[in-house]
Amino acid sequence: MSDRLIAVVKRDCPTCELVEPVLAQLAEQAGLTVYSQDDPGFPAAVPQVIDDRDLAASHRMGIEIVPTLIRISGDEEVARQIGWHRGDWEALSGVDGLGAGLPEWGAGCGAINAEPAVLEKLKIKFGQTGIQSRLVDIGEAEDEAEAMFDRGWSDGLPLVPPTEQRVLRMLAGTTEDPRTVLGLCPPNLVALTVEKVAVNAVMAGCKPEYMPVVLASMRAALEDDFALHGVLATTMFVGPVLVVNGPVRHRIGMNAKGNALGQGNRANATIGRAIQLIVRNVGGGLPQGVDRACLGNPGKYTFCFAEDEEGSCWESLAVERGFTAGQSTVTVFAGYGVQGVVDQKARDPQSLCHSFAASLRAFHNVKIAPAGDAIVVVCPEHDRTFKEAGWSKQQFLQRLYALCEIPGEELVTGVGGIAEGIAQKLADRSFNKFRPGGLLAVRAGGGAGMFSAIIGGWLASGPKGSIPITKEVKS
Amino acid sequence: MTRLVDPTGELSPVRRERLPRPPALAGLTVGILDISKPRGDVFLDRLDQRLSASGIGVKRYVKPTFARPAPTGLRQQIATEVDALVEGLAD
Repeated sequence: MSDRLIAVVKRDCPTCELVEPVLAQLAEQAGLTVYSQDDPGFPAAVPQVIDDRDLAASHRMGIEIVPTLIRISGDEEVARQIGWHRGDWEALSGVDGLGAGLPEWGAGCGAINAEPAVLEKLKIKFGQTGIQSRLVDIGEAEDEAEAMFDRGWSDGLPLVPPTEQRVLRMLAGTTEDPRTVLGLCPPNLVALTVEKVAVNAVMAGCKPEYMPVVLASMRAALEDDFALHGVLATTMFVGPVLVVNGPVRHRIGMNAKGNALGQGNRANATIGRAIQLIVRNVGGGLPQGVDRACLGNPGKYTFCFAEDEEGSCWESLAVERGFTAGQSTVTVFAGYGVQGVVDQKARDPQSLCHSFAASLRAFHNVKIAPAGDAIVVVCPEHDRTFKEAGWSKQQFLQRLYALCEIPGEELVTGVGGIAEGIAQKLADRSFNKFRPGGLLAVRAGGGAGMFSAIIGGWLASGPKGSIPITKEVKS
Repeated sequence: MTRLVDPTGELSPVRRERLPRPPALAGLTVGILDISKPRGDVFLDRLDQRLSASGIGVKRYVKPTFARPAPTGLRQQIATEVDALVEGLAD
């Protein structure tokens, strides 16, 4: 008979130990070859066991469960049984009377080569990762952190080395095909794949579960209406600011409360950073290159936070923009900041709106209107004032807009000793600080402190420049 | 040895050499591209006058917005219609 029998086992499996006498019986009567995944001394009753602790043979045979019994005819596998079942094993091996005294059947255990972390290593070892990107070998004598700086991959801060294993794990955070193209990434208009997003997300320090948010953020930023090329190339301060809404905020542990716009939360910090790294590395957008920012802003390292929807008396930014409360979204806004609005005295919404408006009118320059869009981040202690007065979000935004209507005579060049401003001939007109719909409001922040914030936008806000884009985060 | 996955676009953007500077503008057509920055037209109008007064052909173009790259059609049109181009980059 030219057919051969193979069994793959591990000692750390009660069923494998149970069938040890069966394996010995088959070795003697049918020339069974046994591969052991964890101990070449097991099964002791079989005279010659092949040591497969490197799992190469198991991986090649695609073993998922041990014990697995395989029948080979010529070079072809013709039958396979997993776990122990007397009748099935007898049928496969052609040997009767197997395992006298043993139970009829026993469930198998997971094979070591199929464990996720091990499987990744085996795919890497055998070149089966599916990764399309070039691989870069860093020499033994090189410090890998320094090597990444040297290659220009960093935003100035240390990076997590994007090893094949880390990239595979990052890709496991999405069900999307790694070769899917999200769009053309400016400025070099390079096709941005899910895989390149994953590589940069690894470097930024993301966890795999952040991937859907990073992908949605990039899809939003690549929308034509966001004008990412212009946002990058402008001499002004702006960069992408991300606001996350919906259930994903809790799933990935984002911070919407104390210090929401600050440091200390991994998801907030690394999702925003990933976006910047993608533009840098895939798009080729480098400071003092196509990024012509005069000063930039610290948010160009990362600027991403979640809205405190549960604490808010208003509908969320996502709901305001047409999504349901059950949907997760990310909104990308061309912004910079943060400009504080401190008001510890106001206890009525009208007074508080005057405070907000006066601060909003100062953004960019008190003499410039319109000045671009803005996000007002309302802190809990300010939110409370609107809640107690029963104000809706629309009331709030409409009141702010009305208070930001400025008589032209206040904006004329030279007024207030400031040369910036409009021509005298426009003094009879009035100007709003914002375009209609250019004011957004979200709630975030800690429980103590009557300190809200303004995140100013780009002077080129609106259809001719950048408008905020909201995308659903799909898991 | 550590093996890393390349995070870049893996492209070297094509670096095109500029056309040689024309020794003189006589007989050539000069394009003037206004990128829609405030008051860019003030400077470019004056340039138009000076060039036209010298008998040089001038064609005017306007980018819809300074905030975005010029549309492909406009770039192609300019490339086929003029010998040299002046672009007003800022306000």
